[in-house]
Amino acid sequence: MPSSHPRTPYWQGFRDGLPFLLVIAPFGLLFGVVATEAGLSVFETLTFSVVVIAGAAQFTALQLMSEHAPTAIVLASALAVNLRMAMYSASLTPHIGAAPLWKRAVIAYFTVDQSYACSIVAYEENPSWSVAQKTAYFMGTVTPICPMWYGFTLVGSLIGSAMPSGLALDFAIPITFLAIIAPALKTPAHRAAALASVLLSLAFSFLPYNLGVLVAGLGAMMTGAQVELWQDRRKEDL
Amino acid sequence: MEGIDRTTLWTVIILLGLGSFGLRFVFTGLVGDRVMPEWLLRHLRYTAVAVLPGLVAPLVIWPTGTGGNFDLPRLVAALVTLGVGYATKNVLAAIGSGAASLYALLYLLG
Repeated sequence: MPSSHPRTPYWQGFRDGLPFLLVIAPFGLLFGVVATEAGLSVFETLTFSVVVIAGAAQFTALQLMSEHAPTAIVLASALAVNLRMAMYSASLTPHIGAAPLWKRAVIAYFTVDQSYACSIVAYEENPSWSVAQKTAYFMGTVTPICPMWYGFTLVGSLIGSAMPSGLALDFAIPITFLAIIAPALKTPAHRAAALASVLLSLAFSFLPYNLGVLVAGLGAMMTGAQVELWQDRRKEDL
Repeated sequence: MEGIDRTTLWTVIILLGLGSFGLRFVFTGLVGDRVMPEWLLRHLRYTAVAVLPGLVAPLVIWPTGTGGNFDLPRLVAALVTLGVGYATKNVLAAIGSGAASLYALLYLLG
């Protein structure tokens, strides 16, 4: 990452967030279309995206409501899909925990996969950043992502079922996340954690409501921490 | 689908919104700048590389776009993206080459 440029953290975040438009646009569009087909009005669909601002959880809730699942099941399932946000929150805290409460509340609302992934990588690459610079970077990544989530949800609900298909857009999500993660695999501990994550997630994919991802996340964090400890000990022995 | 009850819908939107915010706020907001123990920080350092590959792996092996059936172009595109991103540390180059290999293989094999 070019950290030598005289770019402010906000604009650096903005630029790093831009590629995610490739994900957000089709995903938001799709949610708008699916929600409209499920009988939601344009206002209801847009409110859903603004209030919840979490694509996977929104799709889960919508699907279960269409199947007339009990409200408690709908909520529990969709929140389980979103449990990883608590991990992101914990991971961001050492970096931005000293910011004013209202700023932390704003950051919490905008904590999504994309803003988290960009920010945590940038924070590790720029340990000298102040808390203000870190929050500015975070808001920079959010700027091209979150308004577009609302916007494309709206477009999707307005155009209804006239969706383009056959563009393999489902794969925009894996490609953009892999592209963000690959440069972060910089130590054996990071690589071990990523490998454990993949293997555990596939092994536990039979679990309902994306819970396999949580098992994988916890197991992989432990793997990374253990490899780090093991390496530190080996360094001391040498 | 006619038949999502309006009370259910708004209950879900509001409570899911509050719950999602709560999950995002629980550490950032409530822990704040209190010092967390070293063992916890050591685990948190790996959150990104621990969660995101797990999120992506099933989508690579069982893609939603093919109804969950294994698809060679998608697997190759994922590996190209990972390899280019790892070698160049350049996110846009990784996305570009991943997308290019996906469309090239879909065209050649499809």
